[in-house]
Amino acid sequence: MTFTFKQRSILPGFGLSLGFTILYLSLIVLIPLSATFLKTSSLTWAQFWHVVTAPRALASYRLSFGASAIAAFINLVFGLLVAWVLVRYSFPGRRLLDSLVDLPFALPTAVAGIALTAIYSTNGWIGHYLQPLGIKAAYSRLGVVIALTFTGLPFVVRTVQPVLEDLDKEMEEAAASLGAGRWQTIRRVLFPAVMPAALTGFAMAFARAVGEYGSVVFISGNMPMRTEITPLLIITKLEQYDYAGATAIAVVMLIVSFALLLTINLLQVWGGRREKTRPALEGPPIPVQAQA
Amino acid sequence: MKSSLRLWVLVAMFSLILGTVTPTRAYQGETTLLNVSYDPTRELYQDYNAAFAKYWKAKTGKSVTIQQSHGGSGKQARAVIDGLEADVVTLALAYDIDAIAEKASLLPKDWQSRLPNSSSPYTSTIIFLVRKGNPKNIKDWDDLVKPGVSVITPNPKTSGGARWNYLGAWGYALKKSGGDESKARDFISKLYKNVPVLDSGARGSTTTFVERGIGDVLIAWENEVLLGAKDLGENKFDIIAPRLSILCEPTVSLVDKVVDKKGTRAVAQGYLEYLYSPEGQEIVAKRYYRPRSELVAKKYASQFPKVKLFTLAEIVGDWQKTQKIHFADGGVFDQVYQPNQ
Repeated sequence: MTFTFKQRSILPGFGLSLGFTILYLSLIVLIPLSATFLKTSSLTWAQFWHVVTAPRALASYRLSFGASAIAAFINLVFGLLVAWVLVRYSFPGRRLLDSLVDLPFALPTAVAGIALTAIYSTNGWIGHYLQPLGIKAAYSRLGVVIALTFTGLPFVVRTVQPVLEDLDKEMEEAAASLGAGRWQTIRRVLFPAVMPAALTGFAMAFARAVGEYGSVVFISGNMPMRTEITPLLIITKLEQYDYAGATAIAVVMLIVSFALLLTINLLQVWGGRREKTRPALEGPPIPVQAQA
Repeated sequence: MKSSLRLWVLVAMFSLILGTVTPTRAYQGETTLLNVSYDPTRELYQDYNAAFAKYWKAKTGKSVTIQQSHGGSGKQARAVIDGLEADVVTLALAYDIDAIAEKASLLPKDWQSRLPNSSSPYTSTIIFLVRKGNPKNIKDWDDLVKPGVSVITPNPKTSGGARWNYLGAWGYALKKSGGDESKARDFISKLYKNVPVLDSGARGSTTTFVERGIGDVLIAWENEVLLGAKDLGENKFDIIAPRLSILCEPTVSLVDKVVDKKGTRAVAQGYLEYLYSPEGQEIVAKRYYRPRSELVAKKYASQFPKVKLFTLAEIVGDWQKTQKIHFADGGVFDQVYQPNQ
């Protein structure tokens, strides 16, 4: 071997496994993605800018990223709740409920889209209750959020669940016995432990939602400027054999998504570091005067 | 022990990679044709393929198997451009086959002049489906732009078939105003303002109209409405034919580079030509496409509503021009949705 790393791990197989990892990632992720950038490079800067800043494109970014963020946030809040219920309580049907969480992964998204539209359209089960209230669920931006919430549901639950399972109940009891109120226990003991995992789940749900196409096109109504998501705009361009234009928009999505995911990751690192500087597990986590 | 494991992993990896790139040849016993088509021709080609195989066997003594691929017209064309080895393509609009000629050079640019009727062996038209009893009293295109009428049609930018819907409306408005384009633009704008949902494909629109119960009228291809009339629920809908509509001309072509490579030119050519034969035209008519043969057309005349038809050439020109004016980014269709309007 011509190059060696300074700190060789005592685990064998580093060269082989790293080599395979890089080959694998290249074949599956890096090469297809670089093809996207390559295809875009057939446009001049001016053309690229014109395509990616068209009013319709801008409207679609707002919808795609906005609705994805809202959906991921909903999933963050309710995902935490679902994970909590599944881990901390035992009740009949818990296992069944647990496996239900994964269904959005398994269902073809088009089926999900059609099913959600059937339920939320004005003559659907839920939709016809919403209509008198003036809420139009299917064929509106709300419909987009509903579909994206559905597809992103498992992420937060599945990332938070193992962390909660590892978290000893005794820690909460200790916090309580040291005088922490309920809210304090949640805020100072549970949240710091669960937050990194929850953020990961949020990021994954968000990323998944940004790229989602199959379920959204059925429920959104696809009206230009109003309910048109960015992936649909890409398909529209492809339908005109405008490969360069399609990939230009894809590149914008990639860059924005990457930037957002990186930010979330940095947030996590930052949160993790702050966590380590505090002797959270050794000393009493709550200053006693907080009780006074 | 350790190194032999490493060797095995390497061998496994290589065979995996080799396995994916080495072409697997189908067995050579008989000729196989791949017909890459669009969605609503499924039933038509099921019947036609069986008839053709019989005919070819009788004529040449050779057996032929035809494989079918169906999907959105544009998506299918892109698959062929990207390397799907289609011997023949039978798509909803000439524009999609043009794209194969232009982007991948798999066939000559003048492909449309190689077969009769501009390579369009069967046609259809655009008609309306309304709720039973026609509560909004929809008779013709003019009724679609009235305020309060909700119209369901797919997005012409994502659905090839829906471009014919759009062009039916455009042609009607143009003919009615004596060729005044600004009036036609106005008509299109009013029409699409009445569309509450723009599905990405024709199937989606049918679901929206039939299952979701949204809209007063569905703009659709005649052959699909007639073929699907039973499935849609006969006593829930009425078929309304406008006085005037467009002649939809789906086109067919050989994919020259593929048939020459596979050595299937003769049989593929025979496959397309048989579509124009009396037997071929009968099958076409039985599946509710309008046949080109006058004799067959007369025989099946009773199953088609009486509609006066105009062609795309009369109202716009060829598909390249149509695409540029109407469906390209910033075209007439996009202007309907421009925010300042």
